[in-house]
Amino acid sequence: MKKYTYTEQKDTRSGFGEGLLEAGKRNPNAVALCADLIGSLKMDDFKAAFPERFFQVGIAEANMIGMAAGLATAGKIPFTGTFANFSTARVLDQIRQSVAYSKKNVKICASHAGLTLGEDGATHQTMEDISMMKNLPNMVVINPCDFNQTKAATLAILEYEGPVYLRFGRPKVPNFTPADQKFEIGKALLLNEGKDVTIVATGHMVWKALEAGQKLFEMGIEAEIINIHTIKPLDVQAVLQSVSKTACVVTCEEHLRNGGLGDSIAQLLALNVPTPIEMVAVDDQFGESGTPEQLMEKYGLETIDIVNAALKVIKRK
Amino acid sequence: MSNIQQLQQFATQVRRDILRMVHAVNSGHPGGSLGAADFLTALYQSVMERKPGFDMMGKNEDVFYLSNGHISPLFYSVLARSGYFPVSELSTFRKINSRLQGHPTTAEHLPGIRIASGSLGQGLSVAIGHAQAKKLDGDRQLVFTLHGDGELDEGQIWEAALYAGAKKVDNLIATVDYNKQQIDGPIQLVMDLGDLRAKWEAFGWKVFEMQGNDMVDIIKVMAEAKAATFQQKPIIILMHTQMGAGVDFMMGTHKWHGQAPNDQQLQNALTQLPETLGDY
Repeated sequence: MKKYTYTEQKDTRSGFGEGLLEAGKRNPNAVALCADLIGSLKMDDFKAAFPERFFQVGIAEANMIGMAAGLATAGKIPFTGTFANFSTARVLDQIRQSVAYSKKNVKICASHAGLTLGEDGATHQTMEDISMMKNLPNMVVINPCDFNQTKAATLAILEYEGPVYLRFGRPKVPNFTPADQKFEIGKALLLNEGKDVTIVATGHMVWKALEAGQKLFEMGIEAEIINIHTIKPLDVQAVLQSVSKTACVVTCEEHLRNGGLGDSIAQLLALNVPTPIEMVAVDDQFGESGTPEQLMEKYGLETIDIVNAALKVIKRK
Repeated sequence: MSNIQQLQQFATQVRRDILRMVHAVNSGHPGGSLGAADFLTALYQSVMERKPGFDMMGKNEDVFYLSNGHISPLFYSVLARSGYFPVSELSTFRKINSRLQGHPTTAEHLPGIRIASGSLGQGLSVAIGHAQAKKLDGDRQLVFTLHGDGELDEGQIWEAALYAGAKKVDNLIATVDYNKQQIDGPIQLVMDLGDLRAKWEAFGWKVFEMQGNDMVDIIKVMAEAKAATFQQKPIIILMHTQMGAGVDFMMGTHKWHGQAPNDQQLQNALTQLPETLGDY
């Protein structure tokens, strides 16, 4: 099995910041809006480089989404930036009507998603955002796994015409994706081949899935590991092809089980090839304050949880 | 015939269209549509500088956003009669497989529509975004909007108002259809808007007031408003109208907000509005 390594840990939001700056250089129509969180979203460099194309909207997310829709109508490519909770739940109807239904070329860029936001607690830790966004027709939903992939995703959505939700996070995580790897929206990445169990993971959970694969390998189990960075549209072929070989699947995400990646995979399999599935995700509950590490452990999103889910699902074959 | 008379005749035909459209499907919103008919007629037939055909981006032309999307029969009639799509298509309003959805949408690619509206309070933000894009492009044309007065209950309106005042979005002319009625009754009872002029002025806007069912006043005030653009302030027009204007039994009540006339009521209404440009 292939071993993945990394030289440094970096936050995915900084990948977004670098990608946004590059997007601004590549396309003069790229504009950015922020709701009073420039530093947290790493939008400082874009703002400094293109002050006239940067819109500080204050703590007014609904207005930000509407303005983005208007900018897009006029031919601009707006990237909105705030925390994931305020990018989704706070403005769901604005996104629904002015962006998704109206098919506007708006990129909703959402940081601090999931439990790893940490100490701020449940008011800020959204684990429902993927669910809300994937349920909107016309909306593409992307959750990249590391710094390099987030940067590449930011540039890929610049080229894509239509509404996109780009989800990333706060903590520093292993940066293992090759810097030159092209990001193809809707195309899953096969990270490791294996015959015993398919592990599909998204976002921060991809690295943990790789760690779990290593541990399983040491136990004599060959796991096939797939990075699903695009939750919608789902790479149906990649998943079906893998389970045709392994006949069982584990899904991993920093999100509620309801409405997340696992839910999409379960629907796909149920309609095509009913297959045993285990979901490493958060049960129907809100988070709480704590360090990211403590929270991931308490809410069952650690490497060991993936290993245990794999062992369990293999027995269900 | 004077320009004013031509506009009045156009508005009369638009009112006939509105009534026939909502009657045909026994649904829709005639009250607000009738009240704003003179304004939208003036906007598309006289005030706005438009290019032929429909360009979604609206570059180098004035653009309009309807924020209170429920007055779609009015919007559709004015768009059709301004050449955006065939007038005959008005007969498909609210019917299955139509481009003329209950509330306006871009999903059906109906020329003239730039955003979906219906869920209230969103159009001002969208218009501000378009206005900012025009500034980036060095485009000196204007962005116009229309809002219901009841719509001003929505918080997003005031987020947008704060932004446009603070950031001096001065290529924008918003209009409030101040008919003082909303679904549940008179605004004063449902949610009193208080001193609306003072509110907008406090947010940094330049405020005009206009008699929205008087074509002469509309043309005059809109010219004044246009002359006041690019002076560091967004502009809002408090447009005094009568809900149901043009049909005697529909005026002065909120009853016709979302109710269509029956056969007899339609005939009564149409006798008050002579056919001027030919029914669809």
